[in-house]
Amino acid sequence: MEETASDRNSGEVYPTIENFYKFCGQGRLMAAKCDRCGRLFVPPRVLCPDCYSSNFKWLQLSGRGKLQTYSTIHVAPKAFAAQAPYVVGIVRLEDGVNLPGRVVLGKGQEAKIGMDLVVDFESPPVGGWPRWPRYLFKPA
Amino acid sequence: MAGRALAAIVSAGLSRFGKLEGFYAREIFAQAVKEALERCPNLDPKRDIKSIFVGHMMESTEHQGHTGPLVADWVGLNPAPAVRLESACASSGLALRFGIQAIMAGLADVVLVGGVEKQTHLATDDATEYLAMSADNFFEQWHGFTFPALFALMARAHMNEYKTRGEHLAMVAVKNHRNGAKNPKAHIQREITLEQAMASRIVASPLRLYDCSLISDGASCLILTEPGLAKRYTDNPVYIMGTGQASDTIGLYERSDFTSLRATVLAAREAYEMAGINPEDVDVAEVHDCFTIAEIMHYEDLGFCGKGEGGSFVESGATEIGGSVPVNTSGGLKAKGHPVGATGTAQAYEIYLQLTGQAERRQVQGAEVGLTHNLGGHGSTAVVHVYRSSG
Repeated sequence: MEETASDRNSGEVYPTIENFYKFCGQGRLMAAKCDRCGRLFVPPRVLCPDCYSSNFKWLQLSGRGKLQTYSTIHVAPKAFAAQAPYVVGIVRLEDGVNLPGRVVLGKGQEAKIGMDLVVDFESPPVGGWPRWPRYLFKPA
Repeated sequence: MAGRALAAIVSAGLSRFGKLEGFYAREIFAQAVKEALERCPNLDPKRDIKSIFVGHMMESTEHQGHTGPLVADWVGLNPAPAVRLESACASSGLALRFGIQAIMAGLADVVLVGGVEKQTHLATDDATEYLAMSADNFFEQWHGFTFPALFALMARAHMNEYKTRGEHLAMVAVKNHRNGAKNPKAHIQREITLEQAMASRIVASPLRLYDCSLISDGASCLILTEPGLAKRYTDNPVYIMGTGQASDTIGLYERSDFTSLRATVLAAREAYEMAGINPEDVDVAEVHDCFTIAEIMHYEDLGFCGKGEGGSFVESGATEIGGSVPVNTSGGLKAKGHPVGATGTAQAYEIYLQLTGQAERRQVQGAEVGLTHNLGGHGSTAVVHVYRSSG
């Protein structure tokens, strides 16, 4: 599914991080694809660091990928203290880009390099800034 | 050594590192400057010092900005131009580099460079949240990644790819604490055992408490001169022969390899080429051991050993005092402490002592070539310097 980011007639959705998280709120993991060189970006960029184009198209990703590396955090920051210990990792999406995030496992499940994961989404946080809905990963 | 000297270190100063109760950044910096001035009686600071570069990361923790003129004021150096540089934990490594640049550009012939950090007035979780700001907030910290966790991701990848074990990580901690026990200014002057390190609580798996550096207060400084002026101030200057700096992605996740820090590789290459040396020429090095896995990766990225061999390299004893390339003789960030803004020039302070034969119980005999490696964040900045003794 493609949406044109730079077509003003259809209402431009700039390839910003805030818009990325707005899509998360709709349950969609979106990447920005550079119109000129074709490189895919998650998070989106407003300027392609490879070819300096500023024309991108939004592209919805499947959100499926494999765990590249992970850590179980025992000493957590305040905002996540209630969840500790929790797992974070870097996921290689099947579209060829990496995305970091929390990996939420079920009872008895253990993180393992190479495990298949799929993206999921949370409700926006109640307090603090920014109040964007977070994505996370679950076993596929 | 093929290169020419870029600048000379004619004096250096270091505050005690640790919990400096009741002292704040400007006062801690003044302690370091006092030592540097006392070591260099031929220097008239008000007449001679033409510019000040101070590294400082977390100035907002004191609700205080404008650290450049602040420290200039507090060390009696107004109206010399002064500026604060921020590059996370590499802030004063960058202050050193900018001081060298000012000398090479001919804008100043004598420069004060240094760094300072005050952290122990913060609760530990607040301090670690400030430190984590050096990563990609919108995709790392805000999703619950802590700074130890980001290095834990590298540790996991390194252990998966190579034969690196938890024991290797602990060996780095044991070595650095052994060195720190010989450093009267170190935050923790106590040896630890391998068993203690390996039994300490998990912070972010696979990293344990003893894999993490310390939250410390402290300051450090150097007095640099144009190389031809050095002997006016001291019989025993240390010459800076090479400087290198590189940047990498602000998010760890955007890198293709989590077992190596490209900024380190590139900064080291630049510094080695400028100095005209190879990694095997280094007699003593201070590297950025913010976490034990980082020191192991730096061995490889600096070319002290082959890729993936960092674990067995520490196990071999090569990086002990008395080994082929002693690393972190000061105790490193692990035991000497890590007042982040002060760390870069504190590393240079240790190399200054080593190359002038003043490192006392931790002296590396016959050391002539030194190296410092200072990292910002999880490798988004790296800065490397190469030094040569005048002997």
